[in-house]
Amino acid sequence: MEYFVQQVINGLQIGFVYALIALGYTMVYGIVRLINFAHGDVFMIGAFIGLYAIERYQWPLPAVFFSAVVGCTILAVLIEQLAYRPLRHAPKIASLITAIGVSLFLEYFTSLRQVFGPHFYSFPRPFPVVSWNWHGILVTNIQAVIFFVTVFCLLLLQFIVFRTKMGRAMRAVSFDYVTAGLMGVNVNMVISFTFGLGAALAGVGGVLYGIAYPQVNTFMGFMPGLKAFTAAVLGGIGNIPGAVLGALIMGQSETMVAAYVSSAYRDGIAFVILILVLLWKPTGILGIPRTEKV
Amino acid sequence: MPLLRSLIKTFVAYAFLAGGISLLAGRGVVNPYWVQILELACIVAISAQGLNIIYGHTGLFSLGHAAFYGIGAYTAAYLMKMYGGQSQAAFLAALLAGGGAAAAVACLIGLPTLRLTSDYLGIATLGFGIIMKVVFDSADSFLPDLGGARGMTGIAKMTTVPWVVFFLLASLLVVRNMIHSSYGRAILSIREDEIAAETMGIDTFQYKMVGFVTGCTFAGVAGGLYAHLYAFLHPSNFDFFKSIDILVIVVLGGLGNMSGTLVASFGWIFLLEGLRVVLPPGYVEFRWVLIPVLLIVTMLLRPQGIFGTREFPFLRGKVYR
Repeated sequence: MEYFVQQVINGLQIGFVYALIALGYTMVYGIVRLINFAHGDVFMIGAFIGLYAIERYQWPLPAVFFSAVVGCTILAVLIEQLAYRPLRHAPKIASLITAIGVSLFLEYFTSLRQVFGPHFYSFPRPFPVVSWNWHGILVTNIQAVIFFVTVFCLLLLQFIVFRTKMGRAMRAVSFDYVTAGLMGVNVNMVISFTFGLGAALAGVGGVLYGIAYPQVNTFMGFMPGLKAFTAAVLGGIGNIPGAVLGALIMGQSETMVAAYVSSAYRDGIAFVILILVLLWKPTGILGIPRTEKV
Repeated sequence: MPLLRSLIKTFVAYAFLAGGISLLAGRGVVNPYWVQILELACIVAISAQGLNIIYGHTGLFSLGHAAFYGIGAYTAAYLMKMYGGQSQAAFLAALLAGGGAAAAVACLIGLPTLRLTSDYLGIATLGFGIIMKVVFDSADSFLPDLGGARGMTGIAKMTTVPWVVFFLLASLLVVRNMIHSSYGRAILSIREDEIAAETMGIDTFQYKMVGFVTGCTFAGVAGGLYAHLYAFLHPSNFDFFKSIDILVIVVLGGLGNMSGTLVASFGWIFLLEGLRVVLPPGYVEFRWVLIPVLLIVTMLLRPQGIFGTREFPFLRGKVYR
C-alpha cells in the first residue's frame, strides 16, 4: 500500500510537469489549430536557461524561473512571427511541416559544440533536498516545489484566461477568429500572446523538470513534448482543464506501468490509453464534439 | 491494346534503368557507396508513394508510416533468416509477406481508427508508431531472432538494383492506375469533401480502408527491401522521425502528386548524403541545422509543394474525349 501511494506521488510529480507543457499545446491548438511540434524544444530551452542561471550565475530560484519564462516567451513569439505567421492562410500541413522544421532546427542547432553542446549535462540542485517520511511514504521538498509552482501557474492562467481582457480576446479568437477580428480584436497580437503564454509555462516546466530529473540534453524536449501533446489530446484539445486532467492521467499511467509491469513499456502505455480513449470519445475526455455543417 | 503497350513501355523502362545502373556500377563508373544510396532512395520512394496514397490522395493524416515500414522489414527479414537462405524466389515471397503483414496490421488498426477525423487520426497513428517502436525494442523477449534493442543481425544482403527498380516501377504503375480508376476517383472525392462524397453514395469508410491498406502494403514491401539492403535492422530505424521523413517528402513534393513524391524522395536522400560530402570535415553536424532551415524556407516559399499539381507525362491519366 505504501508502495502504491509512493508511486501515485511520483506520478503526480511527472504529471504536473506534463501539465505545464500540455497547456501550451492545447492553447495554441485551440487558437490556430496547429500542432506546434516546436513546443517541446521551447521546454528544453527553458531547462537550459535554468541550468545556466543556476550553475553559472547562481541566481536565486525566483530569478531562475523568471529568466526561463522571459527567454522562452521571446523565443516562442519570434518563432510565431517568423515561421508560422506567413503561413497562416496556407494549407495547414505547411505550418505543420514548418513546425517540425523549427523543432529539428532548435534541437540540432543547440546541440552544436558552439552552442550548448551535444552531451548530457547534470542539472544542479538549487536547494538542498529534504525528504519527509510519513508512515513509510517519502515526500521530498522537490515534489512540494513542483506542486506549489504548478498550482500557482494554473491559478494565474485561469485568472488570465477568464478574468482579463486579453483572456476574453483569446477565447473569442479560439471560438471564431474571423468574427473576432471583425469585432475589433487584434488577432495577430492575441495569437502571439497565446504562443508567449504557452512558452512561459513550458519554461517553468523546463526548470522544474531539470530540478526533478537532474539531467538535461538538447534532445530532451522531444518525448515529454510528445507525451504532453498526447495528454492534451487525451483531455480534449483546446480545453484547459482537459490538458491538466490528461497530463495527470498520463503521469499516473506511466509511473504505474514502470512500477508494476516493466519500465520498457513505459513510453508505450500512454499511447495505448490515448488510442482507447479516442475510440470511446473521439474528441478526448472533456472535449466537446464539433457538429458538422454541410 | 493499350494495356499491352503500357506493359511493354514499363518493361523497356525497367530494362533500361536496371540494366543501365547495374552496368555503370559493374564498370566502376559509379562507386558502390552511391549505388547503395540510390537503392535506398528507390526504397524510400516506394514507401513515400504509399504515404502519398494515404495522405496525399485519400487525405488520411498518418504520422505512423514508419511502423508499417518496420513491420514489413522485420517480417521479411525474419522469414528470410529462418527459411529463405539465399534464394531469389524466397526473397520475393518474403517481400510480399512483409507487405502482407503490413496490410494485415493496417486492417486491424484501420478498422477502429479510420473513423477518427484529421488531426485525431494523426495522433492515433503517431501513438501506434510509438507503440510499435516499443514492441520492436522488446521483440527479443518473444522472438530472440528479432534482436530487440540490440538490433537484428544475420540478414542476407539480397536487395539489388534490379529488385528496387522493379518494385519502384511497380508501385508507380499501381498508384497511377489506381488513381485513374473508379476506386481512385472515389478516394480523391473523400479527400476533397468527405460529406459530399458520402452524399453521392460512396462508402467512405470502405474506400478509406482501401487507401490506407494499399499505402501500408507499399511501406511493408519497402521495409523488406530495406532490411535486405543493409543486412541490419534496429528499432531506431523505424521511429517517429522516419515517419516524419516520409511525411516531409510527400508534402515537399506536393500532396497527391506522384512525380513530386518521386523527385522529393531522391532529392531528400541525396541531400542528406550529399551534405555529408560537401560539408568540410568537423562540420558534418551542421547537416541537421541546414536541412530544417531549407525545409522552412521551402515551405514558406512554396506551401503547395515543389510540384504543385503538375505531373510527369508518364504519370498522367489518359484523357478520353
